Amino acid sequence: ELKEEFTRILTANNPHAPQNIVRYSFKERAYKPISYVDQMAIHFSLNGNMILKDSDEGRRQHVRTAAEKAPIETSAVISEEAEIKDEESTGDTQAAGEEEAEGSGTAEGAEAAEAEEPSPAKVKEQKLANQFNFIERASRTLNNPMRERACQSEPTPCKNFSDTANQWEIYDAYVEELQKIERSKEKEKQKGQTARKEEEKKKGKKLTSLESQGDDLTKISKAAKIMERMVNQNTFDDIAQDFKYFEDASDEYRNQQGTLLPLWKFQYAETKRLAVTAISWNPKYKDLFAVGYGSYDFMKQGQGMLLLYTMKNPSFPEYVFSSESGIMCLDFHNNHPSLVAVGFYDGNVAVYNLKKATSQPSYKSGAKSGKHTEPVWQVKWQKDDLDNNLNFFSVSSDGRIVSWTLVKNELVHTDVIKLSVEGTTMQEPEGLQLQILGGGTSFDFHKKIDYLFLVGTEEGKIYKCSKCYSSQFLDVFEAHHMAVDSVSWNPYHLKVFISCSSDWTVKIWDHTIKTPMFVYDLRSAVGDVAWAPYSSTVFAAVTANGKAHVFDLNINKYEALCTQLVVPKKKNKITHIQFNPVYPVVIIGDEQGHITSLKLSPNLRKMPKEKKGQEVKKGPEVEIAKLEKLLNLVREPESKA
Amino acid sequence: AEVEETLKRIQAHKGVVGTIVINAEGIPIRTTLDNSTTVQYAGLLHQLTMKAKSTVRDIDPQNDLTFLRIRSKKHEIMVAPDKEYLLIVIQNPCE
Repeated sequence: ELKEEFTRILTANNPHAPQNIVRYSFKERAYKPISYVDQMAIHFSLNGNMILKDSDEGRRQHVRTAAEKAPIETSAVISEEAEIKDEESTGDTQAAGEEEAEGSGTAEGAEAAEAEEPSPAKVKEQKLANQFNFIERASRTLNNPMRERACQSEPTPCKNFSDTANQWEIYDAYVEELQKIERSKEKEKQKGQTARKEEEKKKGKKLTSLESQGDDLTKISKAAKIMERMVNQNTFDDIAQDFKYFEDASDEYRNQQGTLLPLWKFQYAETKRLAVTAISWNPKYKDLFAVGYGSYDFMKQGQGMLLLYTMKNPSFPEYVFSSESGIMCLDFHNNHPSLVAVGFYDGNVAVYNLKKATSQPSYKSGAKSGKHTEPVWQVKWQKDDLDNNLNFFSVSSDGRIVSWTLVKNELVHTDVIKLSVEGTTMQEPEGLQLQILGGGTSFDFHKKIDYLFLVGTEEGKIYKCSKCYSSQFLDVFEAHHMAVDSVSWNPYHLKVFISCSSDWTVKIWDHTIKTPMFVYDLRSAVGDVAWAPYSSTVFAAVTANGKAHVFDLNINKYEALCTQLVVPKKKNKITHIQFNPVYPVVIIGDEQGHITSLKLSPNLRKMPKEKKGQEVKKGPEVEIAKLEKLLNLVREPESKA
Repeated sequence: AEVEETLKRIQAHKGVVGTIVINAEGIPIRTTLDNSTTVQYAGLLHQLTMKAKSTVRDIDPQNDLTFLRIRSKKHEIMVAPDKEYLLIVIQNPCE
């Protein structure tokens, strides 16, 4: 066995090369073995950097190294080393073809090394990019530490707003718009005016702004007023109910007699000592009435007051005016319900304007402007004169009837009539005629006939006068034995008037006949008499013994339907009475400064009964006819007699 | 001022328990009652008045609320609204 020969063959096959490489062929879509496998085995490779001498780079380098003398020995050494390596490599490899290639590669590398080595130091020449070996060199910068920095802006201010869109809110907005437009129109119109007015407006605006900062409570005035009335209504609830709804049912059993139901009582602390001297209802506001306070006593004359009450608020007057002299009479203007004419005890007259806030009269007469020398007993407004100035008449005990006209800011007076007592003009030795003037105590103007009026005097006579005749009377009635306290035309019948006096009588006249139609003796001095506004045959009288008498001529010609004690007898006389134009209420004033309001029971307010089938005629004609009938009854027996 | 006098008179009137004045925001300005009661009344009545006013005006925008009365067993609460203020009075209507 030891003698077995092993043959060793030297082949050029690379023992490490794979022998059956299979490759996928796309053409045939199958794996196919490659026919020829590369047998080359590389034992050593060295990347050299030899450049051809004649190439550009080689020449450049050569120029570079021209100055420097590089020792040849080093290059020779290097080349020797290269050759040694050559031999080694050929010794190792057995492939012939590769030898040559390697040899040339290394030879080139040696040359390049030759060329490159002598010129390392020269930096001047451009450094060329490495053609064979791309070296990537990376470096990493320092990462800066990250820091987060935020900035937030201020949020826009937000406000929550909510509202409801109601019908009325929309309406309000429209109204405001309208007002703005109107205002701007006004401003345009006013642009033509002087600068002064603009200044005034500015001042006005400043004032209003001050006011709004100032007293906050003034804005409540309206609400406070309403509240006061509500509170009063609650307190006097039963009276308010009576006023509105109560009708005395017992009147049916009373056999045509009536009663007066007491309602509210109006009193004011400061008028306790004063007597009620005049009462008048406001023509526009049916619940508002004015009361004048003064004194009838000659010895005790003090100050006067004018209060305006409303039935809606019985505890406190709406307006209060005070004056130095007692007020004797007052009158509301029919067309200007805020103007009140007032006559004083000292003979002056004044006009108060309720719309103005002051407590002083807007116009006042004085000694120079022709005031009366005696108390003014009655004032009455007249129709505007030709210049559209307001004017009123006054009558006084000094015998003059004076017409006052409101011209701008003054009262201008004109004597209308002097009441001379008939038959008493005396002849003085020098031939002067002295007129003794009677004192007028009341007067009344005819409703339809403008110039006609009646005057009652202290002597008890009633004069029928005309505004046109200043010296003569149209007629004289020998009415009473004492001073005529009140004279009044019938609101319906054009010819009838009524008069009352301290001689205890009330008389009804026809102004064409000299003697009275009806005479009533009331057993006590009669303070005042008034016709009812709803009927031509009803009137009421008040006497000094505290009683109120209501008559209806249609029902009972001779007796009062109602005689009622209204105020406590002691020390209290009733001074005035007035019917409310709308409600069945009368107000009575007395000497203690109290005002009592009373409701008329149904018996006192009877309207003519309708006969079945006939229409009830309502209106002044009916009333007139009613009275005519009565008068005829009275007149006929007289004419016969 | 005149308004002060009127308010005083209302307060002094028979049966009136208290008066409160509230401004447009429902804050009491003037009162004669104690604080807690006032605040309670103010808040509740303010809302009620606004509701009542809204009701009246919704039905007819040209109309407006003049006053509001609430009558209860014990007393009567009266509210008078104004443009910027509200006046409340509590009264015992003596019957």
